[in-house]
Amino acid sequence: MKLPLQDLVVLEFSQYLAGPYAGLRLADLGARVIKVERPGAGDACRQLATKNLYADGDSLVFHTINRNKESYAANLKDPADLERVKKLIGTADVMTHNFRPGVMEKIGLDFDSVIQINPSIVYGEVTGYGKEGPWKNKPGQDLLAQSMSGLTWLTGDAADGPVPFGMATADMLCGTHLAQGILAALVRKGRTGKGARVEVSLLESLIDFQFEVLTTHLNDGKQPPRRAAKKSAHAYLGAPYGIYETNDGFIAIAMGSLKTLAELIECEAAAHYDLEPTDRFAKRDEIKEILADHFKTRSTADWLEILEAADYWCSDVYNYAQLMQHAAYQKLQMEQEVSRSNGTTIKTVRCPIRINGERLTSPIAAPSLGNATDQINATLEVA
Amino acid sequence: MKPLEGITVVDFSQFLSGPSASLRLADLGARVIKIERPESGDICRQLYVSNVEIDQESTVFHAINRNKESFQADLKAEADCEKVRQLIATANVVMHNFRPGVMSRLGFDYDSVKAIQPDIVYGSVTGYGMEGPWKDKPGQDLLVQSLSGLTALSGNADDGPVPMGLAIADIFAGAHLAQGILACLVRQSISGEGGRVDVSMLESILDFQFEPLTVYFQDGGQEPERTASNNAHALLGAPYGVYETANGHLALAMGRIPQLGELLECPKLMEYPEPGSWFDQRDEIKAILADHLKTKSTADWLAVLEPADIWCAEIYDWDKLRDSEGYQLLQMEQTVTRGNGTQFYTTRCPIRIDGERIFSKTGSPDIGEHTAAILNELQA
Repeated sequence: MKLPLQDLVVLEFSQYLAGPYAGLRLADLGARVIKVERPGAGDACRQLATKNLYADGDSLVFHTINRNKESYAANLKDPADLERVKKLIGTADVMTHNFRPGVMEKIGLDFDSVIQINPSIVYGEVTGYGKEGPWKNKPGQDLLAQSMSGLTWLTGDAADGPVPFGMATADMLCGTHLAQGILAALVRKGRTGKGARVEVSLLESLIDFQFEVLTTHLNDGKQPPRRAAKKSAHAYLGAPYGIYETNDGFIAIAMGSLKTLAELIECEAAAHYDLEPTDRFAKRDEIKEILADHFKTRSTADWLEILEAADYWCSDVYNYAQLMQHAAYQKLQMEQEVSRSNGTTIKTVRCPIRINGERLTSPIAAPSLGNATDQINATLEVA
Repeated sequence: MKPLEGITVVDFSQFLSGPSASLRLADLGARVIKIERPESGDICRQLYVSNVEIDQESTVFHAINRNKESFQADLKAEADCEKVRQLIATANVVMHNFRPGVMSRLGFDYDSVKAIQPDIVYGSVTGYGMEGPWKDKPGQDLLVQSLSGLTALSGNADDGPVPMGLAIADIFAGAHLAQGILACLVRQSISGEGGRVDVSMLESILDFQFEPLTVYFQDGGQEPERTASNNAHALLGAPYGVYETANGHLALAMGRIPQLGELLECPKLMEYPEPGSWFDQRDEIKAILADHLKTKSTADWLAVLEPADIWCAEIYDWDKLRDSEGYQLLQMEQTVTRGNGTQFYTTRCPIRIDGERIFSKTGSPDIGEHTAAILNELQA
């Protein structure tokens, strides 16, 4: 199948996660993504290990984020290298970077300079907090952006204090938004030939992520979010929404009629709360406590059998091993292996988007530093 | 000119995942027309959070559906279906989030829609894909989080499963749907070819976990382990986390432990010179930090750490965030107005195009608010 972005060329000056996650998605969808990296070290993410795990000299995180890309080594402070990079930019459809404000201006690859080289380019930029104001030089780091965005008051229970989302949520949302903006600009480019500048920041992406609850907050007299005392799963949802302990594990219960739930699980103490729907939010702490005690009396399988038969929205709570043993997971074929030319092989996941009914996979691993430099230089000479 | 001006999206989807994708397309300039059934419309209109409402409908609905039009149609009535088919003939994108099989029964599956409009980009969101034992399971955010392993990543080691406190599976599925639709529109703009895009909440939340999943595959199937206290990322060593101070909370990202020991005047931290120990002994390092950071105020610590370029931040709530100059400069908020004059406050699109923030004054539609106008256009 011809992938939707086939024949498009993306130059990725971005490092770490947000920008490269956008590049990964464009690569998944068929673009040729070339990382432009400084000789010697390359993308700083190559040495940023989690759990001290490396493969073939690069961190496993780097491998995860940069599969299916090429690498072009260039020292942007060296005039000859910079000249070649400018030639490469002349052939590209998209470029992205996540340097702090001012860095690309110094090098001469800021938006205004780049459109002189390639007027129809789509130029994507990621920052932490925008390019002006008191935070413009603050490190654009995920946990810091989460901390400043108010997000840490939405997870966990009321007495927990701030609880971060346990993944690089700001980076990943921001990379997602960068890819959306670039793709929308490419649609316009296809229709009109016009290039574009696309800017995103970690903080703006996290504000957007909170748009439902912020809209509620801005229109309810600005009440602070209030997590449930126990079993909180969403600060703005009433009982029974949450995860409960059973006598051998856990069960997740989504929104649904409290009355129906109480009847199905034979919990009389919870039934009388449904006299008014508002109770489910206003009195959720006492209701959740009653439910928590009741769910402990039987096994997860018992409860699921009762509730699923009645189409009540509920599920087991799995770890990775349990998930992967399940036929439903296996049916997805979410895993793939990627390899370097020297045989280094890594198992990872694939693109979550299917096009024309097909899963998108690619056997190409993250590039070793500069793996495509010679080949690209040769084509630049010819051109 | 917004990048998607001239693109029309016919959106059958409800709740959050699908409508959040069409919201982004609307933000970027597309015309989005919701197809809603008479009387109840998008079920999200009645999905209340915290008992707050605007015009007797949930705030959540209004947040997700600003800047859209509504076309009322009973898809079980042939006359209405014919009108929807006429509308689709003028559209670039059709999208829905019904369970597998529903659109075929209604006559709006991909093949039927393609027969009406051959270049169409057709998008769908499901909970768990279109086949297999979970295909009819409710595609609901908390359930998807719970089944995907995600609840083992937030909170501390002894907390049991901790869901992320926003509908993150919905949001990523919607974001991925928008990406897939946009990629097909890129191709449509170049070659005229349409395409079909399918995403599911489960696949999207697995992609979101690509880091811990790849680690899991690589290190022999060890489940992610949260730290005993101050956890912020199961795969990262100390000091990564949020700590209580004498008067609030402080976040510390990556940093060198002995350097922190010096700056914070905490000699116990000097006993961990080896970078490997910052992961292997992260529980005890975090316990030392947690005790020590309680002794002074957040401002005191920031005054020491920020000049040394240590990655740190004060923990804000929305009030403090909204009061800060850095936030106000972003202009992330906007007021939108509904057809009946009701105004409400919400946020804007997080993407800037050509140096401009994208605002739109148009609020959320009433059910069928634009039916007559759209029918007039179709007849013109």
